[in-house]
Amino acid sequence: MEKLALSDEILMQIEKPARYIGKEINSIIKDPSDIEIRFAMCFPDVYEIGMSYLGIQILYDMLNRMDDVWCERVYSPWLDLDAIMRKEGIPLFALESQDPIRMFDFLGITLQYEMCYTNVLQILDLSGIPLLAAERSDSDPIVIGGGPCSYNPEPIADFFDIFYIGEGETVYRELMDAYKRNRKAGGSRLRFLEAAAEIEGIYVPQFYDICYHPDGTIQEVCIRNPHAKQKIRKQVVMDFSDTPYPMKPIVPFLKVTQDRVTLEIQRGCIRGCRFCQAGSIYRPTREKNVEQMKQYAMEMIRSTGHEEITLSSLSSSDYRALPELTEFLIEEMGKKKVNIALPSLRIDAFSLDVMKRVQDIKKSSLTFAAEAGTQRLRDVINKGLTEDMIREGAMKAFQGGWNKVKFYFMLGLPTETEEDLRGIPLLCEQLAEDYYTIPKEERSGKVSITASSSFFVPKPFTPFQWAAMDSEETFLQKAHFVKEEFKKQKNRKSLSYRYHDADLTVMEGIFARGDRKLAPVILQAYRGGCIYDAWHEYFRRDVWEQAFRDHGIEPDFYIGRERSTEEILPWDFIDIGVSKAFLIREWERAKRGETTQNCKQGCSGCGAAVFGGGVCLENQS
Amino acid sequence: MKIRVKYTKMGPLRYIGHLDVMRYFQKAIRRADWDIAYSQGYSPHQLITFAAPLGLGITSEGEYFDADMCSVTSGADMKDRLNRTMAEGMEVRAVVALDDDAKTAMAAVAGSDYRISFRDGYCIPSDILSGISAFYEQEEIVVQKRSKTKEMQMDIKPFLYALSAEDDAIFMRVSAGSVVNIKPELVLEAVCRFMDVEYQRFAFRIHRLETYMRDGNGELVSLLHAGKEIP
Repeated sequence: MEKLALSDEILMQIEKPARYIGKEINSIIKDPSDIEIRFAMCFPDVYEIGMSYLGIQILYDMLNRMDDVWCERVYSPWLDLDAIMRKEGIPLFALESQDPIRMFDFLGITLQYEMCYTNVLQILDLSGIPLLAAERSDSDPIVIGGGPCSYNPEPIADFFDIFYIGEGETVYRELMDAYKRNRKAGGSRLRFLEAAAEIEGIYVPQFYDICYHPDGTIQEVCIRNPHAKQKIRKQVVMDFSDTPYPMKPIVPFLKVTQDRVTLEIQRGCIRGCRFCQAGSIYRPTREKNVEQMKQYAMEMIRSTGHEEITLSSLSSSDYRALPELTEFLIEEMGKKKVNIALPSLRIDAFSLDVMKRVQDIKKSSLTFAAEAGTQRLRDVINKGLTEDMIREGAMKAFQGGWNKVKFYFMLGLPTETEEDLRGIPLLCEQLAEDYYTIPKEERSGKVSITASSSFFVPKPFTPFQWAAMDSEETFLQKAHFVKEEFKKQKNRKSLSYRYHDADLTVMEGIFARGDRKLAPVILQAYRGGCIYDAWHEYFRRDVWEQAFRDHGIEPDFYIGRERSTEEILPWDFIDIGVSKAFLIREWERAKRGETTQNCKQGCSGCGAAVFGGGVCLENQS
Repeated sequence: MKIRVKYTKMGPLRYIGHLDVMRYFQKAIRRADWDIAYSQGYSPHQLITFAAPLGLGITSEGEYFDADMCSVTSGADMKDRLNRTMAEGMEVRAVVALDDDAKTAMAAVAGSDYRISFRDGYCIPSDILSGISAFYEQEEIVVQKRSKTKEMQMDIKPFLYALSAEDDAIFMRVSAGSVVNIKPELVLEAVCRFMDVEYQRFAFRIHRLETYMRDGNGELVSLLHAGKEIP
């Protein structure tokens, strides 16, 4: 019971020692002598962020249901502990057993955002695992990457033995069996990787050579091991009814970012917004059974004792049984004094009624992800939201007592003009004017409209994957322009505007559509002291810039040019079901400002029907 | 109905801070399905108050909280239900009923017992243990007491109710609570100074044995004393 990897002296001098001791409710302890495979699952960021992520809870639960596997967790040590571990040579350890990661069979790392790449190296380094896959020996854990960034794993391909492309619930058993078979046969690391490469959805980067044209674009991808596949087909769960879900999620001691029960009601999104990677890679949209959701909700509240529950999906308003589920939750959770945190729903009579019942109107706000300021640009991005819909929704809410509105916009979308930028404050102003048409005695004080904008990053597997991205300078000019335009509005005192950091966005853009030439840059930045880049206060721009220069990499190659649809893209070897022909069609329609119907209105032939389920079948019946 | 709960906080859980322990019990009480009372409003919270915060890194077998219940089963049943959902190191020792007019645990706290043992690799235990009685026999024990806002000289002797050397540990009973709260570290610093041994923070393992209130006669009694068994 006293086994801790860190001494009292260390635990007492670092911030939040509870990050590192394990022992949380519902964490799983197994006897190492009873199991055959030890798996360390990592979210490469600080504990409070990593523990809030549903995906790890799902995989942790799934792997621990296997009798022969013990899955444990590991997160990035915070900077204070990082320094101590380096100085004193303490190896990184897993929370449950407190054993060093290096003695594990597998280290799985989820890649949720590009700016975690130096943290991946931190994890490997502190574990004592060689950073480059090519330098690892039979005694090192097999390092697996997964999650959204593995849909273009190339910038970090050198650091991983395997990428698992797609949803984690499908082929882990197969992978574990291949590992056991190989070990029994006394096979080497290479033999195991060859066996893994034959499993659907598994990508072993070291089995491929990339040849480049003189201009830096890809000429050819050569397979250098006969076990490797030409195309990697993403993994999807097509039947959720018998797919495990974590009914007993781990309850952290610390207050983490998402300190509540998360109920995933649906995967995928029917909308087809052209900037959205999730909307593409999680196709087809699959709804989960509402009766099962009710049962899960009750069971998870019982097993965790959380005081809040939230629904997770890309677009909850499209979940057909949402009214039934929310009725159930309001009734049952009310009895248990459990709060219901609503994801951002489309604002309509239904959602306003639900919001009214579960939140304090005075404190809550309406959220519109308008993304663009004019209808023209919203059509370009296929955001099926019109100004009339926004105004009608907001008016209903204003009449119902709301007076706070939040808007999300993106700057730098393809084809954007000054008119579109000006449209942002104008839309906000319009809502403020609408608000003040309500007689004074019927409205609740002043209206407050907050607009925040991020900068657009083109992502792989979206119709905008060929688009040029703005430079940092252009981003900031646009943001300043919008800010000035806000000041010109009549109701400016009711409006406020904020924008994200542009420097991190540019980095994200480089890695999102990068290739293998970036690995040495990441390695040098890490060696130069970069970690926790996603935390703006620790982002060391000078070190990164030096690393790009030293390796002769011109970031503009990755972000500044519009790519030809003929070009071989670094992620073309992945087959997500959605066809390239469809993405090209969408890219062309976008440039013409033409919208495309969503999956429920009708099938546009994206290709995801190949998986034979979800919304694709609903349409046929 | 008001109840009082006694629990332990042992092992690695000594690194869970006071606020997190409060959150931990709120969730544990839900898992145990206790019929606890909630405040009104959009974000109802449990009516629960804790006795004396325990410093990070200190273990204890004498922790307490009070709760307002809508209904209760037996004390034994409630204890078992909560214990079935405890993390290793936390254990409920007793659940008792309080009179409606009983002071809250937090307001009632008047003293604490501690056992301090020695961690290997620091000072020699006998160097300190040998001087404990001489230290305690002093007329007055003046220390620098630091609070959030000020630092002042204070004679802690009147608030040091007992101090003795055991086989390989120090036992102390000190004043605790809102009036005068003496931290064991403060006493240990003074002992080291008295023995001319350098005070090293990690030389000592601190363990709280019990938390006390005063009874009608002004005597220190366990916080459980205010409660009655729930049959």
